[in-house]
Amino acid sequence: MIKNKSLASPYIVWSVVFTAVPLAIVIYFAFTDKNGAFTLKNIMDIGQYTSVFVRSIVLAVIATAVCLVLAFPLSFMLSRMRASRQSMMLMLIMLPMWMNFLLRTYAWMTLLERNGLINRFLGLFGIGPFNLINTSGAVVLGMVYNYLPYMILPLYTIMTKIDPSVIEAAQDLGAGNLRVVTKVLIPLSMDGITTGITMVFVPSISTFIISRMLGGGSNLLIGDLIELQFLGNSYNYNLGSAMSLMLMVIVLLCMSFTTADSEEMEAMV
Amino acid sequence: MQSNTVVALKDIVVDFDGQTILSGLSLDIHDKEFVTLLGPSGCGKTTSLRVIGGFLEPKSGSVFFDGRDITRVPPYKRQVNTVFQKYALFPHLNVYENVAFGLRLKKTPDAEVRRRVGEMLELVGLKGFERRSTVTLSGGQQQRVAIARALVNHPRVLLLDEPLGALDLKLRKEMQIELKRIQQSLNITFVYVTHDQEEALTMSDTVVVMSGGYIQQIGTPQDIYNEPVNSFVARFIGESNILDGVMLRDFQVEFAGQTFSCVDKGFSPREIVQVVVRPEDVRIVPAIQGQLTGVVETVIFKGVHYEMRIRQAGSEWIVHSTQASQVGELVGMCIGPDDIHIMRAQKEGAL
Amino acid sequence: MRRLKMLGRVYLCVMLGFLYLPIAVLIAYSFNESKSRAVFTNFTLKWYGELAGNDMILKSLAVSLVIAFASAAIATVVGTLAAVGVNGMSRRARTAVMVLSYVPVINPEIITGVSLMLLFVVGNTQLSNLFSALLGAEVSVNGFGVLTLLAAHITFCLPYVLFNVSPKLRKMDVRVYEAALDLGCNPRQAFFKVVLPELTPAILSAFLICLTYSIDDFIISYFTSGTVQTLPIAIYSMTRKKVSPEINALSAILFVVILTVILGANALDSARERRLERAAREEERKAGMQA
Repeated sequence: MIKNKSLASPYIVWSVVFTAVPLAIVIYFAFTDKNGAFTLKNIMDIGQYTSVFVRSIVLAVIATAVCLVLAFPLSFMLSRMRASRQSMMLMLIMLPMWMNFLLRTYAWMTLLERNGLINRFLGLFGIGPFNLINTSGAVVLGMVYNYLPYMILPLYTIMTKIDPSVIEAAQDLGAGNLRVVTKVLIPLSMDGITTGITMVFVPSISTFIISRMLGGGSNLLIGDLIELQFLGNSYNYNLGSAMSLMLMVIVLLCMSFTTADSEEMEAMV
Repeated sequence: MQSNTVVALKDIVVDFDGQTILSGLSLDIHDKEFVTLLGPSGCGKTTSLRVIGGFLEPKSGSVFFDGRDITRVPPYKRQVNTVFQKYALFPHLNVYENVAFGLRLKKTPDAEVRRRVGEMLELVGLKGFERRSTVTLSGGQQQRVAIARALVNHPRVLLLDEPLGALDLKLRKEMQIELKRIQQSLNITFVYVTHDQEEALTMSDTVVVMSGGYIQQIGTPQDIYNEPVNSFVARFIGESNILDGVMLRDFQVEFAGQTFSCVDKGFSPREIVQVVVRPEDVRIVPAIQGQLTGVVETVIFKGVHYEMRIRQAGSEWIVHSTQASQVGELVGMCIGPDDIHIMRAQKEGAL
Repeated sequence: MRRLKMLGRVYLCVMLGFLYLPIAVLIAYSFNESKSRAVFTNFTLKWYGELAGNDMILKSLAVSLVIAFASAAIATVVGTLAAVGVNGMSRRARTAVMVLSYVPVINPEIITGVSLMLLFVVGNTQLSNLFSALLGAEVSVNGFGVLTLLAAHITFCLPYVLFNVSPKLRKMDVRVYEAALDLGCNPRQAFFKVVLPELTPAILSAFLICLTYSIDDFIISYFTSGTVQTLPIAIYSMTRKKVSPEINALSAILFVVILTVILGANALDSARERRLERAAREEERKAGMQA
């Protein structure tokens, strides 16, 4: 209707200056040394941190898997409720998300501490105390707690579109509960599952707050490494940029697995 | 150009992405006339309307209004208003504000707005609906609001783009009569676009039959029905039997292996022609008395008449008759000279 | 079947417990007199009092609100204009803009933060060099602060405005716009009188999304704020201290605020729905009487 393309120019200029140019600078820093000369040293140096990268990927994968397992039945139950109850329950589930995630993570600090609530509760039965905080388990727990709603929301959205008669038809044709889940529910929810996986995996693998607050010093993740290069003691922009580049590659690889067809991208556009 | 021409299109060419929609269309629309642009989808009828409305600038050609060239005049400066397909009411305004929209733009005094909107709502039968939200109205009511909204500005010409397309059959019939009444009581020009031939024949003073970006025929509904100029028009307007024939001399034509008297003349000797015979113009008689004989293949009861398919030599005839014949029966068929319409064997295309 | 249903109900309760327990504990401790999280000694409101007197928190809250409203407002205007502009573009150009817009959305926040930080660092150096050359003396520019923060927030808000408004615009019936022209609007009038009112809900929700993202953001702000503290940054610095009961009080207050806002919004929503439903029923009744 209104064919005035120039209206988009402030936006485009802004996006180029504050999105495209910064990424170009990251790439520039990743391939240069402190004097601006071309080098591959930064990329090579990442090799020293292989264990951190592996840990990040493993923990993020575990957290994503746990989220999927927890969210799948929950989303399904949600999608089968009466409409009025559905919106109520959804609101209940999303409400904690509105708290700042620093506070949510902080809350787990209080719970997991050596003299925190959980250990004291277990102490009543004469068990423990356990080292709960500053473990990789605590980091995964923090990821699951913070990003679970990101899994629930896309799953729930897609599951509300599954017609109950499809499930009944499967049962009518002799499928047991397990078969209904594997042969009908999971295939029909696939788009939601892939979206959920991306939405949980990406923030999990790039976090540095959760690992810092719940993982102590021994559970460094990629995010921590990057943060250290820019604002921490290590202070090496070039190495940090190389690591950022690496992280982007991992994320893009993950996305290329989950959004297999370009049609999906098209739909999002 | 006749003196009372209000809108004239001259050699209009429109194309989209290299595809030609209108190829040199010319048309005069007379004042106070109900003109219908009729044709199948993609024939260019809506495009022509949009050119008149100013929503489309033609690639070449001119649009005249009262003899003035308005080709480059934007829609908001034209003395025409449009009733859009699916109405295009403003969802954020109520019925009254929708109708008052054009008047408010012209800074019309409130009292006059109230009077004119009231008049219009009365005209379209929506008095008392002023404060209603347009989204709660039925299709027919929304339609009436759209008409009132366009007419309140006293346009010289009202353009209607398939306005009844979204309504059900009963409502459509009612609105056809209603629209005709409104046009006559306001005494303005209506340019009406439809693909429904019955609608076109019912309401129009002039029908413009279009196909493939060309005008095929312009005429009164009677002309179009009785004297189609080519097989496209004959097929598009009602059912017909179209046969190849040869003009023997003036008032005599040969087709289906027989010689018939007709009322047409002015063809060259032995000119190849096409013959149109409407199904209701074929009389069924005992086989012995028929000009043609054939075997009844199917008989379908259609309410007022029976529709029969009759196999005669090489061709199949559609015949409407109030009397049913038996399937398999040998019957005779008679066709009077007035009921035979001769067309020059031309291709569809530019006139 | 019944057992399955029971199981489901238990599962639902366990999950809700998992989601709410930490928050409940925080809120409970906000009334604990003892500084230690180990024991609950006495009920007290003193942490709320101390929070009210905590200049750092109040100042950072002010910064957060200013940044949020300013960035949301700017992003909404620029993004809405962009949605209109993009609508008139060819398919290819539109896809290019959309891909560019997706970068900040799918990129991990830390990358967005780091890349913007580098941009500002480079910007600082360039400006320092420029001014030094101009003034002939060594000048060091440090632009990190409210402005960089604002720029960063606008950057991550902008795509959400485009993604919210653009589909509404494309779904809009072009004929409504043409009808406005037909009735005498020039294109500008048609935009303001017809198109904009249609888009208002989408624009409003885009604005609210920007507000919440901006107030909630920690990671990108952390890299772009210099020494200025937003509320999440202030919270972060408090969590670094081992014991700070004021955080509990702050959590409790935030939770109550969020709860009120969301319940309020929900109540408004359902009230509007009920009104619409009533109107529809009224219609049916009238139609029934006419027939």
